[in-house]
Amino acid sequence: MSKNKFGNYSISIILAIIAAVQIFPLIWLIFFSLKSDAEIFGENIIGLPQKFLWQNYSKALVGGNAGMYFLNSVFVTGVTIILSGVLSSMAAYAIVRMKWKLRKPVLTIFLLGMMIPIHAALLPLFLILKNLNLYDSPLALIVPYTAFALPMSIFILTSFLQSIPKELEEAALIDGCNIYQAFFSIIVPVLKPALATISIFTYLSTWNELMFAVTFISKREYKTLTVGIMSMVGQYSTNWGPIGAGLVIATLPTIIIYILMSSQVQKSLTSGAVKG
Amino acid sequence: MDRVLSDKKAIIIFVLPAFLLFAAIVIAPIFLSGYYSLLKWDGIGKGTFIGVQNYIDLFVNSSEGFGKSVLNSIILALLSVFVQLPLALILALVLSSGVKGENFYRTVFFIPVIISTVVIGQLWMKVYNPSYGLLNTFLRGIRLESLQMPWLGDVRTSLLASFVPIVWQYIGYHMLLMYASIKTIPDEIYEAARIDGASPFKMAMKITIPLIRPILKVCVIFAIIGSLKVFDLVYILTNGGPVHSSEVPSTLMYNTIFHRYMYGSGSAMAVFIVIECLVFTVLVQKFFKVEEFTY
Repeated sequence: MSKNKFGNYSISIILAIIAAVQIFPLIWLIFFSLKSDAEIFGENIIGLPQKFLWQNYSKALVGGNAGMYFLNSVFVTGVTIILSGVLSSMAAYAIVRMKWKLRKPVLTIFLLGMMIPIHAALLPLFLILKNLNLYDSPLALIVPYTAFALPMSIFILTSFLQSIPKELEEAALIDGCNIYQAFFSIIVPVLKPALATISIFTYLSTWNELMFAVTFISKREYKTLTVGIMSMVGQYSTNWGPIGAGLVIATLPTIIIYILMSSQVQKSLTSGAVKG
Repeated sequence: MDRVLSDKKAIIIFVLPAFLLFAAIVIAPIFLSGYYSLLKWDGIGKGTFIGVQNYIDLFVNSSEGFGKSVLNSIILALLSVFVQLPLALILALVLSSGVKGENFYRTVFFIPVIISTVVIGQLWMKVYNPSYGLLNTFLRGIRLESLQMPWLGDVRTSLLASFVPIVWQYIGYHMLLMYASIKTIPDEIYEAARIDGASPFKMAMKITIPLIRPILKVCVIFAIIGSLKVFDLVYILTNGGPVHSSEVPSTLMYNTIFHRYMYGSGSAMAVFIVIECLVFTVLVQKFFKVEEFTY
């Protein structure tokens, strides 16, 4: 590229400034999650905490129930990922590899679902869940989350499956496996990269989801992190320290996963769009 | 072989669970919303059928200003397309040209995307805090105290103030999409252009941008649709206030249904949002429908 030293230098500076703008609010968050009220509200608004107030974290985890909300989120997200993974792999396999007349229309219907904003489903789902007595239970979130995760997962899996040679399961079937054995022992292992991709995708949309979480759950013990944090804010309104701690707790898993698998995460979120 | 692959029972077992779940949770509710939107109903008892009156009321009679909220969401869409996307494009172009720390910056710029909107919303509420927030403190620090404002609490600034975090959060996403697309362009093309004496700017304008047209289209669609249906951040930051100054269709819809118990009207809003998104998707597709350059 251009050997313009000055150009390179100023580009680096600008990039660094932008990176700072992107990151600093988060760093500020970590800082004030560890500060005392005195520091936050006067002495040391922006800088590094003078004293590391870890009590903020225990306050958030116990008094603020962040620990409970965290576990709820883990449970709901985990089950959703597994359930949607299983259902979408089976459906994607049938759509791509099996022979039946309706497979194109069914795929189209699933794909159309990707474009539907969830708003339209909010009220009907609310009423359906109430009528089925699922309201205010973990299922109230798991069931809708799984359903809405299906289109994207099926989309990614069908693209991926198309690149797997047919000979793979044909060999197994000729050897006498039935279709279920062929699917579980041959296809599923090969699907692993794509399954990782859709799991990341499902994890991000589920862990961070707000609209359904706020509508379908009102009992405190079932709240997920997204809603729980908001109640915590109400509870601790002027205690920024514990609130900050709660926010950090809510974000930490995501950040850790991202740091460990950053290129995978980035690939996962762009693969859906770049293909389509 | 074929016989096994067309085994009806197996097909049903593989497809039906996903399809049934999907139909019950995603498809059916859309139609239900459509039906509810034709009623006047408060959730108790039966509603009365009033046809399209709800839709008419949304724009002619609306006491909370549905029309204004739609306008707000369009303002956000314009901001996204004309401010956020160009910024993302410039970042993508710079990052893909082989600067030092390319991977680092790419990873860092993307971090806001993966963080929960609740965290971002709460965090930015603190940033905007008139007395102790990052923004006003920063303004004081550079001697611009007079610019300090109660950003989220003032009807003049609440709309834009609630939009900044939204733009901030997703700039990295669009940047990454464009970056990934730019990376697929073979180097030979740039080599040839360089030999012909093209400047980096010219190469970006004449080669890169035309070749990533498909992904630009995708970004525009995501940006517009995302803006029209935005909920999380506005709900957390201002919930549409003060006095509806930062209202967007989805927050209005939410409050209409769950706080004012106007199920019919709220459903009409929901249906409107869905149709709006479909219409804009089609419009953008048409707008971008020039032959795609292949190489």
